[in-house]
Amino acid sequence: MPKLAISNARLIDPKSGYDKRGDLLVEDGVIVAFGTDLFAEGLSPDIENIDADGLILCPGLIDMRVVTGEPGAEHKETLASAGRAAAAGGVTSMVVMPQTNPVIDDISLVDFIGRRARETSPVNVYAAGALTKNLDCTDMTELGLMSEAGAVMFSNGDAPISNAGLMRRLMAYSSAFNALIAHRPVDPDLSRNAVAHESDFSARLGLTAAPAAAERIMAERDIALVELTGARYLLDLISSTETLPALRRAKSRGLDVSASVSINHLALNELDIGDYRTFAKLDPPLRGEDDRQALLKAVNDGSIDIIVSAHDPRPSGDKRRPFAEAGFGAASLEMLLPAGLTLVADGQLDLIAFLRAVTSTPADMLGLPQGVLEIGAPADLVLIDPGKPWMCNVDNLRSHSRNTPFDGRLMQGAAVVTICNGKIVFDNHRV
Amino acid sequence: MNKKNPYTSHFTFIGIFLKTAKIDKDVMSNTHISPSEGSRLNTRHLLSIADLHRPDIDSLLDLAETYLDLSVQKDARNNVLAGKTLINLFFENSTRTEKSFELAGRRLGADVINMSMATSSASKGETLLDTATTLNAMNPDLLVIRHSASGAPALLSQKVSCAVINAGDGTHEHPTQALLDALTLRTRLGAIDGLRIAICGDILHSRVARSNVQLLNILGAEIRLIGPPTLIPLDADQWGVEVYHDMKGGLKGCDVVMMLRLQLERMSGSFVPSKREYFHFYGLDRSKLEYAAPGALVMHPGPMNRGVEISSDIADDPNISLITRQVETGVAMRMAILHLLSQGGDTEV
Repeated sequence: MPKLAISNARLIDPKSGYDKRGDLLVEDGVIVAFGTDLFAEGLSPDIENIDADGLILCPGLIDMRVVTGEPGAEHKETLASAGRAAAAGGVTSMVVMPQTNPVIDDISLVDFIGRRARETSPVNVYAAGALTKNLDCTDMTELGLMSEAGAVMFSNGDAPISNAGLMRRLMAYSSAFNALIAHRPVDPDLSRNAVAHESDFSARLGLTAAPAAAERIMAERDIALVELTGARYLLDLISSTETLPALRRAKSRGLDVSASVSINHLALNELDIGDYRTFAKLDPPLRGEDDRQALLKAVNDGSIDIIVSAHDPRPSGDKRRPFAEAGFGAASLEMLLPAGLTLVADGQLDLIAFLRAVTSTPADMLGLPQGVLEIGAPADLVLIDPGKPWMCNVDNLRSHSRNTPFDGRLMQGAAVVTICNGKIVFDNHRV
Repeated sequence: MNKKNPYTSHFTFIGIFLKTAKIDKDVMSNTHISPSEGSRLNTRHLLSIADLHRPDIDSLLDLAETYLDLSVQKDARNNVLAGKTLINLFFENSTRTEKSFELAGRRLGADVINMSMATSSASKGETLLDTATTLNAMNPDLLVIRHSASGAPALLSQKVSCAVINAGDGTHEHPTQALLDALTLRTRLGAIDGLRIAICGDILHSRVARSNVQLLNILGAEIRLIGPPTLIPLDADQWGVEVYHDMKGGLKGCDVVMMLRLQLERMSGSFVPSKREYFHFYGLDRSKLEYAAPGALVMHPGPMNRGVEISSDIADDPNISLITRQVETGVAMRMAILHLLSQGGDTEV
């Protein structure tokens, strides 16, 4: 494989805090050297060079929550289309959620995802196995065999497991493999039929709403079960202020509890559903501005560990319906980096805290070698223009489904070159 | 209460009768066992391993070892239970334990009655204590009980006036199985003291494991429990054992591997995901046995699920497997238990 050089970049390694102007050299898909004045003696002309001209070069993003339609709903999204959207958004590794058809609840499906991704996706794809068979919340899946087959974590998709006895056994069983269990903290009874955050705003719109307590109750239950079983646990998509004290308490007691938040919930609030804008109908629902502020603060202080796109592609027919009937979710894979950079540019989000939450922390949680600027690490890199102004236009998105709530918004910052395993998979720099 | 007195006196009478009916040692052949005074047990019932003190265990194992000799076992003169009644009261189905007690009782000359309570008045709604009253009226001397409820034999022992032997109660204990396992090991390996023994599988629901942990601890073995976290009680590490969740680490250096039966209904998603995953991680095959000490022996209380917790080639390998031997020693062990208990414990006199 030919060598690839990136010169004159602002090199940032979020894990170590390294932040210096310099150059980086890639060979055979791995980082072989980086540092200041690496190419002071000139660069051999046979090495392909990208002159970064001061742009940020950091590890490629790792998105731990991507829903695709492959297998079963390829009209929504395939691993190939999701992979292209990921590359355009600076994402070099994504974890696909088990809610496919059939569900990823068996080693053969884990194997299928890996094989299809290698054939069709420009970026790395990892599978999250289902916690229960067919996501039915009744029978445990073969967590051990799926782990061995390459499932990097386990999730029950968007279906919360209300049976505490089953959750306890899942946590206890998975602890033998040190597997990561991700679970949506949602009390299904308190959230039944809910389409919005319970507030005066949703009440005026006349929408069935879920209280923030529905999230907190399930989070508290799961944290108590983690204490009982010693599981490795991720609170999957938290959205409200009320959940944060439980999370901080769990961490201060040394439990292996972490939390994720979607970029949508950091950038948007309940007012974005405005006049029943179904593209902003999400699960969990967008909550109040005070919740959004608290979530940003929690990312900045490290209480919330990771930021995900919560990419959930929906065909327009699924979204262009009355609010209560429309599907949940947003296609945000390509918007994770730009929306985060926009918050950074606006002074709401700390750059290093943001990058850490989308690179090194997910890599550590999943046990992946990516997510760092280190000699010998896979050359999964993204060259970022943090100041680039642009307007989000759904027609330019690469995902098969274009249900983004960011349509028409002014953004600041974007990926200009994405490199995965030493190969350029997206290039908007030199065209 | 006044109904109970006649039985108590009857029991005492038997005890006295036994002592006076002792056969003169001089006329015995060397295959003949006498009910010796020194080997009385410190307990009247055998409900739990905790009922036994170290000298009791030694007496039981010593006597059982004598009974292991088939010529002793089948010697009609060893009829120490002649004229006594043994009732096998099995509320749960059993093959080897019930038949083993029956054979042990008959070889010692007792009248043995088997009551399969699964098909009797218990299934018609009679409570355990009503059954106990009924049985008491039949004046048994030894009552062997298996019941699905933990503690049922203990409850029964308070209401009947004979010795009660626990042949397995719920997920509590199965002391005679533990004793026969100890006997099997002692006859094969000499001493149990210092052995490293792994008990693998469904510890949570296993009465065999609970009895074995207690007994092998008393006998000086180093015990390890191996199983998925869902099948090991939460604080099992407080039992004087080391807990492992992987066979590789757990079996390291083990001299003996005791496999436990996994109930099939616990295998489809509730405690473990599937049979195939269970066998992959916790089923004993040649490659996992390699983790244990060279020459390690394998035990299983039966009945086995071949291909789930143990592979057939291990179960059937006479150089490794003690499984058939366990059934053989079962009769001798139970003869010793019946013999010594029939003499009455110290607490009773």
